[in-house]
Amino acid sequence: MAIVEVSDLRKDYGDKRAVDDVSFDVEEGEIFGILGPNGAGKTTTVECVEGLRRPDGGSVRVAGYDPAVDRHSVTRILGAQLQESELQPKITVREALELYAACYPDPADWRALTERLELTEKLSTRFAKLSGGQKQRLSIALALVGRPRIVVLDELTTGLDPRARRDTWGLIKDVRDSGVTVLLVTHFMEEAQRLCDRIALIDKGRITALDTPSGLIGRTANGTAISFTPSAPLETQLLADLPSVASVTHQDGRIVVNGTDETVHAVLSLLAGRGINAHQLRVTEATLDDAYLNLTGPDA
Amino acid sequence: MNTLIPARTTAVKGSATAVLKTEARLLLREPASLFWVLAFPTILLCILGAIPSNREHSDDLGGLRVVDYYVPVAILLAVIVAGLQAMPPVLTGYRERGILRRMSTTPMRPGSLIGAQIALHGAAIALSALLALAVGRLVFDVALPRQVFGYVVALALATLASLALGATISAVCRTTKITQAVGSAVFFPGMFTAGVWLPVASMPEVLQRIVTLTPLGAAAQALDEAAAGEWPSWTHLGVAALWSVLLIAAARRWFKWE
Repeated sequence: MAIVEVSDLRKDYGDKRAVDDVSFDVEEGEIFGILGPNGAGKTTTVECVEGLRRPDGGSVRVAGYDPAVDRHSVTRILGAQLQESELQPKITVREALELYAACYPDPADWRALTERLELTEKLSTRFAKLSGGQKQRLSIALALVGRPRIVVLDELTTGLDPRARRDTWGLIKDVRDSGVTVLLVTHFMEEAQRLCDRIALIDKGRITALDTPSGLIGRTANGTAISFTPSAPLETQLLADLPSVASVTHQDGRIVVNGTDETVHAVLSLLAGRGINAHQLRVTEATLDDAYLNLTGPDA
Repeated sequence: MNTLIPARTTAVKGSATAVLKTEARLLLREPASLFWVLAFPTILLCILGAIPSNREHSDDLGGLRVVDYYVPVAILLAVIVAGLQAMPPVLTGYRERGILRRMSTTPMRPGSLIGAQIALHGAAIALSALLALAVGRLVFDVALPRQVFGYVVALALATLASLALGATISAVCRTTKITQAVGSAVFFPGMFTAGVWLPVASMPEVLQRIVTLTPLGAAAQALDEAAAGEWPSWTHLGVAALWSVLLIAAARRWFKWE
């Protein structure tokens, strides 16, 4: 069942159309990623879901409620971690957690959350004295303290070191496994690939692709690259004629064949048939990075 | 346009109280605000009262002493410092740092944060006034206001006008720095119209009339009348009340939540 339904969402800032006919459904219990370059309209889209902005067109429903009209119902079931939002400079971590816990009908145990987010030693520290990573972790704790049904995380791991980033990913997976739906805005490929069940790629205010991470990678042309140094001369045309080969190039005496999974078998059998050895054979799979570059950018 | 939808939600029971409690703690961590609003007016009163000539009756002041005159000045000082210097940067900072925005994604209302700050600064003014009155009475034998109820009404209106003016400044200023600058710029005319530097009675008549049409000038006059034992003139109370209503409306109209 879809817990977030966005249909034909449109948002303008003056003359600029920030979000243009965006539609997607987020299923209950999944981690749904919104991926795209800076300024693509990711944040504006989730701000409409959070009720922070009123759409100029289309509709948004969160568990059936319109966030622009029924804020009260939405704020109780949706936890938000905003990009660049701060707290009162002199509020301590403990006070912030107690304050936010006090405003929800059935809050989570914030002590368990701080333990999980390694903030226990910082409970008496004022917000202004926290490091960037600590602020970020507190922000995640505050998004979760109300026991939300859906949590929106905007640039979740920005400012975290690699270890804290991995720990946070683990936390988000646990949160999902406990039944919470996660809507994740990111521009980190690795994060999207590791966490998301499905990803919407947004570019220039429009959704350019919506699929699972492996589905997105599969769509990429030149998904697989095979490179080798042949033991004997090999005509390029023979390789180019193989099924599903996209391109054949020469690089410093090495041959690079771009294609799909099928291409690997085809190239290997061609070489075997001719008795040519492939030295330093490398097969590289496309990553979400390649898919992303393929589906966004000036020529997308 | 780029407007944040104001949250019109009924918060979870007790969340406004939790906000007020938290903000009270935070205000106690602002030594500068506490000093200038709570302590400084009475300290100034003590310094001026320590000068022997200020404790002598003077015919120029209608038989009163300078120190008698300085109790209401100290109180108005607290009113103006709290409303124009201490509070506006806090409110603007809450918007500038995205604190209000963050809060509006929770069942808490960002308005409760603003409301808490206004209420707490109002409470600080009341405390400061009590302190100045008590020290004036006990140390310098300054008579307590004779028309107590009228005095409370006039002080409440002065406080309201000053806090409303401060909220309006914070509403129209985008950044904390601009807010501080505008707050200071309004601070001096505020002190002048309240008669903190020069008794309103000794100003030229045209100036007196202008001053009694300003929010703090009218409130200060009402306060003086009540201190002297009269019920404050309805004109002064009315002017201060009208300004408060206008300024509150302006602050509500222009205050942006992001």
